[in-house]
Amino acid sequence: MGAWNQFKGHDIRQKRYSCTLLMSCVEFRLMPQRSAPASGFSRRLFIGITATLAAVRALTPSRGSAQQLGKDAREELVDPSARAGLSLRVNGRPVSLSVDSRTTLLDALREHAGLTGSKKGCDHGQCGACTVHVAGRPVLSCLTLAVMAAGKEITTIEGLTGAGDDRLHVLQQAFIDNDAFQCGYCTPGQIMSGVACLQAGKAGTEAEIREYMSGNLCRCAAYPNIVAAIQDAKSKMGRT
Amino acid sequence: MRPFSYQRLQPGDIATLPNHSSRDAYIAGGTTLLDLMKLDVMRPTRLIDLDALSQTDLGSIEVADNGLYLGALVRMADAADHQHVRAHYPVVSQTLDLAASQQIRNMASLGGNVLQRTRCPYFRDTSWSACNKRDPGSGCAAIGGFNRMHAVLGTSDNCIATYPGDFAQALIALDADVLITGARGDRTIKFSELHIEPTDQPGVESTLNPGELIRSFRVPAGPWTRRSAYVKVRDRESYEFAMASAAVALHLDAGTVSEARIALGGVATVPWRAREAETRLAGKRLDEAAAMDAAEVAFADARAYRHNAFKIELGKATLVRALLQVKAMEI
Repeated sequence: MGAWNQFKGHDIRQKRYSCTLLMSCVEFRLMPQRSAPASGFSRRLFIGITATLAAVRALTPSRGSAQQLGKDAREELVDPSARAGLSLRVNGRPVSLSVDSRTTLLDALREHAGLTGSKKGCDHGQCGACTVHVAGRPVLSCLTLAVMAAGKEITTIEGLTGAGDDRLHVLQQAFIDNDAFQCGYCTPGQIMSGVACLQAGKAGTEAEIREYMSGNLCRCAAYPNIVAAIQDAKSKMGRT
Repeated sequence: MRPFSYQRLQPGDIATLPNHSSRDAYIAGGTTLLDLMKLDVMRPTRLIDLDALSQTDLGSIEVADNGLYLGALVRMADAADHQHVRAHYPVVSQTLDLAASQQIRNMASLGGNVLQRTRCPYFRDTSWSACNKRDPGSGCAAIGGFNRMHAVLGTSDNCIATYPGDFAQALIALDADVLITGARGDRTIKFSELHIEPTDQPGVESTLNPGELIRSFRVPAGPWTRRSAYVKVRDRESYEFAMASAAVALHLDAGTVSEARIALGGVATVPWRAREAETRLAGKRLDEAAAMDAAEVAFADARAYRHNAFKIELGKATLVRALLQVKAMEI
């Protein structure tokens, strides 16, 4: 189900990219017609092409780049979702992006800002692989629109230890020491939730940890070791 | 996801909400709406982001002598963690604690939570053409389909989808009020008047008019609020919707029930107050036999479908456990 929806979502996005490229082709073909003496013919042709374009938009998937999309002013005119610029604050730095209103925070981070540490698992808020901190609290970036996160401090797994600090966070090291992952795909989300669990003082008992972490699924079932890693980090961080 | 335009309200906009069409949708946490937009179940053409209204009364919790005021944009986690709520309205914090995951509790607003849509798999998957909630008159794939998760109370031949929420059970048990705001000003209704049992248009799930939004909830104070709890039974221990749940609040006088408040979750199409069961308990000594008697009354009108008959027995057992647990509370 998740994979299918991810596929469908990807497909829809590609359809829009095709439009940007196609419009430049249409523009190119249209120019000589505009200079033709029969102006009515030109307008009809334009309407016809516009209609064709709309059909093509709905039917033809093709490839394009995300950066072209938001910068194309015409795209904004024909599509209310287009949005030229968006400034986010990610890991203590300002990040300027061109995304449309549908772009989730997860896609903005991964596909636009190049921060691929946050993972796309189900894309429906069921697995927690996309967990990041917004305003200091763990949230699901796949169910957050990028525009909704504007003006808020966003922290991803890449920013856990601060800019220029190559050392691992205590919990990252604890995950290694406690063998708290196998395939590793859920791990960035697990660690973002785990860090928040420690910071919120909700790591008092195993049951408390398990409840706090229940939104992060691990299909390798490393759960006992994830709990152990959090307890290990807690003792090293000297927190209760 | 289909294209939509996006608009962000400012704090002052609460007094003059913008014109609203049926294709507009308010967004707060987004945990239901964006999920269902990705599934193509909900198709708004404009999203109106309420986040900035958190700076108004919509974002605050206030404790007063006559009750508890919960702003509609308070996040589930913040309401659950509120010390006064934990101490004096335990059923409220427990319904929030036991719902969803920490991430979702950090995101989802109280107003959005009570309006969350059903988890009926036939509603959520548009490849099933028969769903009266999505397409009135198209039929109900769940009635003849796999309906283990579906409701046994408040169903109709049009729809048997379960209302999935927990917090709403606390609100309906404690007889909360809902303050609603809209272009025509504010109005107040009982929480029990907010949700609608499935009609021939089961997609209409609340009595909110287009453009109206929930401003706050008022939970009246009463001698029963401290002796209250929520018992939730589900397929896994956390991050799962209720198969059966019970929100119970009791006012006991030397072991005799002065007043009982009971709501049932996971088994009905809307937040479900079991008033007959409450009446049955009034004036009685609460023991296991009385609790079982009340549970029988609560499910007297239950109607099972092919795969969910177990919910009637499970629901009764859940209520009995909740009643006895609340009776045993030391307050």
